Amino acid sequence: MGVSPFSILSELLGRKSGCARGKGGSMHMYCENFYGGNGIVGAQVPLGAGIALAHQYKGDGGVNIALYGDGAANQGQLFEAFNMAKLWKLPSIFVCENNGYGMGTSAERAAANTNYYTRGDMIPGIWVDGMDVLAVREATRFARQMCAEEKGPVVLETVTYRYSGHSMSDPGTSYRTREEIQEVRAHRDPIHSLKDKILQAELATAEELKVIDTDVKEEIDRAVKDAKADGEISMEELPADIYSENLEPYIRGITAVDKLKHLNIGSRVNYA
Amino acid sequence: MSRAIIHQSQALRFTLRNTCQNTLHYRSIFTGTTGVKINHKNLNFDFKNLINCSQHNINLDNSNYNQHRNYSSHFTYVPDTVPSSEGETVRMNFYQAVNNAMDIALASDPTCVLFGEDVAFGGVFRCSLGLQDKHGKDRVFNTPLCEQGIVGLGIGLAVAGSTAIAEIQFADYIYPAFDQLVNEASKFRYRSGNEFNCGKLTVRAPCSAVGHGALYHSQSPEAYFAHTPGLRVVIPRGAITAKGLLLSCIRSNDPCIFFEPKVLYRSAVEQVPTKDYEIPLGKAEILVEGDNVTLIGWGTQVHVLREVAQLAQDRLNVSCEVIDLMSIQPWDYETVINSVKKTGRVVIAHEAPLTCGFGAELAATVQKECFLHLEAPIQRVTGFDTPFPHVQEPFYLPDKWRCLEGVRTVVEF
Repeated sequence: MGVSPFSILSELLGRKSGCARGKGGSMHMYCENFYGGNGIVGAQVPLGAGIALAHQYKGDGGVNIALYGDGAANQGQLFEAFNMAKLWKLPSIFVCENNGYGMGTSAERAAANTNYYTRGDMIPGIWVDGMDVLAVREATRFARQMCAEEKGPVVLETVTYRYSGHSMSDPGTSYRTREEIQEVRAHRDPIHSLKDKILQAELATAEELKVIDTDVKEEIDRAVKDAKADGEISMEELPADIYSENLEPYIRGITAVDKLKHLNIGSRVNYA
Repeated sequence: MSRAIIHQSQALRFTLRNTCQNTLHYRSIFTGTTGVKINHKNLNFDFKNLINCSQHNINLDNSNYNQHRNYSSHFTYVPDTVPSSEGETVRMNFYQAVNNAMDIALASDPTCVLFGEDVAFGGVFRCSLGLQDKHGKDRVFNTPLCEQGIVGLGIGLAVAGSTAIAEIQFADYIYPAFDQLVNEASKFRYRSGNEFNCGKLTVRAPCSAVGHGALYHSQSPEAYFAHTPGLRVVIPRGAITAKGLLLSCIRSNDPCIFFEPKVLYRSAVEQVPTKDYEIPLGKAEILVEGDNVTLIGWGTQVHVLREVAQLAQDRLNVSCEVIDLMSIQPWDYETVINSVKKTGRVVIAHEAPLTCGFGAELAATVQKECFLHLEAPIQRVTGFDTPFPHVQEPFYLPDKWRCLEGVRTVVEF
């Protein structure tokens, strides 16, 4: 599961090797078993419940994980999904990635109940330190086991942090102090904490970890270079993949008589 | 490769300089005189063919446009001016004009409140900058991320007697609130036999293409709401119109949706009157008078059409009348019909997709009322019938070349 860094970076730049052929951009990463990001945050939660229902129906033992943020946690459609998931005991794991801010609005100013793990109402919730890699893994394992034993949906709240701004137009400093960001970076950074744990438990030496660091940096640098050099998709793809079967002879264009050929180019991964 | 681009772009520059009144607009494209790499989008449109072609099939193969990414916007902003009788003016851009309008509304109406996502610190586009400090936290406040809740809340406030300005962060996010707007806000007065109404609700949202918005930061949803009786839909073209129209919407006794073309927030700079003024809703404005073709648009597209009118005059010797609709619902039927009866030819342009875009309503009404006056079928130049694309945006938009092609089509019919 998952895609290469090159594929992700290409998608961000709108190039053809992107995981959505460059047509989606930053919020629309897709691959096998990964049902994408959603520009309208919160929309993915009922989607996740639906996929969980499909797994339950097909009896393939599959589990669905739907992730949303503390901002999206206030969307109405989440509660609709929670209700249905609990009612039908869907194998669903709802994960709230609480980084304390919904873009510029802090969690305290957006939510009456900031204990997001309790907001599943009848769905049991687990609070997880999202900055602790091992804790997240164990919590996910536990939740997955619960779903496998047909013990119904679970809500996980992983408490984490966002260093940079929400998006390109958000500097990230107009609603919080730089000291706060630096403090988290210094004391709670997940990668550094894990590194400290590994060193303390003497599972690896600092040099070995340095090698991993360097390798990863190289890999990403190479991926960036490749992504920048990659080509964009051709213009024929503008009217491509709108429908599975285009019933009209042409897609209508800019003026009422322009005719664009609808093409089916991308290959489906979600079901045979 | 780069030599080929320089070569092609010099030909492009020659053609554009000949026709385009405002070369300032293209400076970011043509910086190549010293041999420096040109930031230029190598469009695959053969411009000579475009002006003279008699085919309507757009050839979409293989545009080599990944070389240089930095392209300027597809329009040149044309500022409006006001006569000195309007009093003192201040240089403001679009978002400052919106800010000023809301400031005046909050100051003059003690029941007025403004709310939405992230509006407290000024909002993503700075439209509400300083308003919380000035008018208080109980009047200017953030809401959680819940559009349906925001609009529903706004309806409730308005029904109870408050003037509510609800901000939806991007027009693309307005759909969770679609039910509240279409089923609740628009029908409140009607279904209660005029006993209740939510007329003092104004919903503001940034709309339209911005160059890098992709699928969910570029939409123009005016047609969905124009299709709902009971709502007013308004789209200004610049700072002066923004302030006047927004104040009219806020004070209107019917629920209004005010779409603000986001690409104009910083680029639309004008000398805006500082006083409290309103521009009447339901009235269009003729920006350029002409005799041969009527061009109808709104928002950003108005500026594209102004340039098209100039191009048409210079290259085709065709005199175009440019109308800014301003109010989408209700639209100024009289102004448009009178203009079409004069010219006999119409080109309607909008960024939204073609099928059932607002141009369809205009075209249908115009052909019914002016059938015997029309010299050519009504031409619509719009976005494609596809979702708003990611990297193919410049090809999607109804830019001036496509609109000019539309003018040529109606003239040569």
